[in-house]
Amino acid sequence: MIIKTKQAILASEITDPLIFKERRKIIKAMMATLVAGTGIASSLADTDNSIWSGLPKGEFSNDSLMPTPAEIVKNYTNYYEFTFNKKDATKLAQSLPTDPWSVEISGEVETPGNYYLEDILRQQTLQEYIYRFRCVEAWSMVVPWVGFSLGSLLKKAKPLSTANFVKFTSVYRPEVMPNQLNKKMLDWPYVEGLRMDEAMHPLTILAVGMYGDTMPKQNGAPLRLVVPWKYGFKNIKAIVKIELLKRPPTTTWNKFAPLEYGFYANINPAVAHPRWSQSSERQLGSGLFTPRRETEIFNGYGEQVASLYNNMDLRHFF
Amino acid sequence: MLSRLNTLWSWVIIAGLLPLLWLIINTAFDNLGGNPIQALHIRLGDWSLRFLYLTLAITPLQKVTQWRGMADYRQMLGLYAFFYATLHLLVYLLVDHGLMWRVIGIDIVESSYIWFGILAYSIVFGLALTSSKWAKKRMGKNWKKFHRFIYIAAIAAIIHYFWQLKGNLAEPLFYSLIIFLLLGFRVLVWLKNRKFSQLMIPGSQKVLLAAEKKAVVSSKSNKLNVK
Repeated sequence: MIIKTKQAILASEITDPLIFKERRKIIKAMMATLVAGTGIASSLADTDNSIWSGLPKGEFSNDSLMPTPAEIVKNYTNYYEFTFNKKDATKLAQSLPTDPWSVEISGEVETPGNYYLEDILRQQTLQEYIYRFRCVEAWSMVVPWVGFSLGSLLKKAKPLSTANFVKFTSVYRPEVMPNQLNKKMLDWPYVEGLRMDEAMHPLTILAVGMYGDTMPKQNGAPLRLVVPWKYGFKNIKAIVKIELLKRPPTTTWNKFAPLEYGFYANINPAVAHPRWSQSSERQLGSGLFTPRRETEIFNGYGEQVASLYNNMDLRHFF
Repeated sequence: MLSRLNTLWSWVIIAGLLPLLWLIINTAFDNLGGNPIQALHIRLGDWSLRFLYLTLAITPLQKVTQWRGMADYRQMLGLYAFFYATLHLLVYLLVDHGLMWRVIGIDIVESSYIWFGILAYSIVFGLALTSSKWAKKRMGKNWKKFHRFIYIAAIAAIIHYFWQLKGNLAEPLFYSLIIFLLLGFRVLVWLKNRKFSQLMIPGSQKVLLAAEKKAVVSSKSNKLNVK
């Protein structure tokens, strides 16, 4: 298997870092004045509107990528628990209660437990990760996530040597999630999984925010997985349970259509979905006169992750 | 009568252009959501499908309402189906792919849903080319045979729609139901005509058989009448 990763990023895709930094400063300043300016806003600041400014950058954060406009990212989400419509999810997801939130960490670990999210966050260093995000539907965006390394969280629970896989489970709240209530399409709750080495990889993060702010509910608040070299559906939202397992878990989309959505779901232009090509992608926010972008193997993260799949037939393990 | 017809004609022409106008306005005001090119692409495809269905709805409507005047508009509706399908294709080639032929080539080879789109478009293209009165005269009997390919185009178009979806199937199911009704109507008419023609065929056995059947049917209906 020949893996080419050295595709140069087009000059047009790169924002002048000076402009980029300046713009971020302006946005931050605006948000800061908004928050500080009114009494109501500042009272909200300690709960919902807190802003993470000047966070250190994650190891593989790519600062030369220009983030997709936040408004697009916030209004174009697949959140099938609520709706099949990407725009309607924005409004519907607001009914999900996310505070307080606890996460169970269990399975093949020395110290299983149930933890409040704020307790988890107290032990982790938040960083900003500017990553590409590529959906299996052949659209993509660039998102500046705020989060922490999944590996560092798992290490705290002391995985046993028998832990080979990680299973993630989303929240089950049929009273606010219409498609869970009506048992529509997928088996709920949503489940995803990673191999242990994928989960421990420094690229893999759990995100609690984006664009320097807390995570919008429609984007997976309060805690979601981000695995930038895998298709979007692997990046499970609103996580309530993380289990370490000996055997691979059955994951939602794979169970729904095993021939179409594999367990690995690594982004690969050479392996088409059975019904459509994965060779190119539409970058959201790129304007009406920008053609599609050619998809890169492992979404451009081949240098970091290709070695995880040495000697594996990626057509078979798609 | 003639003036009324002419105003109706102009209404049909204007009505057919309204979706395009609406799309242009939405594009200009950036009202197409987070993925405007896909939205534009999908909406043009939707309108092509809708016009194709309207074209197919003329014959059943005529049969049901006994109003013969509608056939005159069938050509116009069919041409609009072709018009929106062409825009759909141009958005794919020009706007989405910027005429990057290598990428387009890979995309077509690997995406089976596109094959059905190409089939549907090729048919509609051929029908549009031969839609004029002049072509109709020249082709004679073959014209009607050729234009029956519209049924295949309609089925291919709905497969093209279905085959690229990941999630919700409500909308294509709705369109499938319509195509099922429109084509089902024709099957019923065809079956009915076939029965009649069987009755007409001279040939001892067939006539006998048909006569027997008829007798059964009439005796049944007599019974029903008695009840």
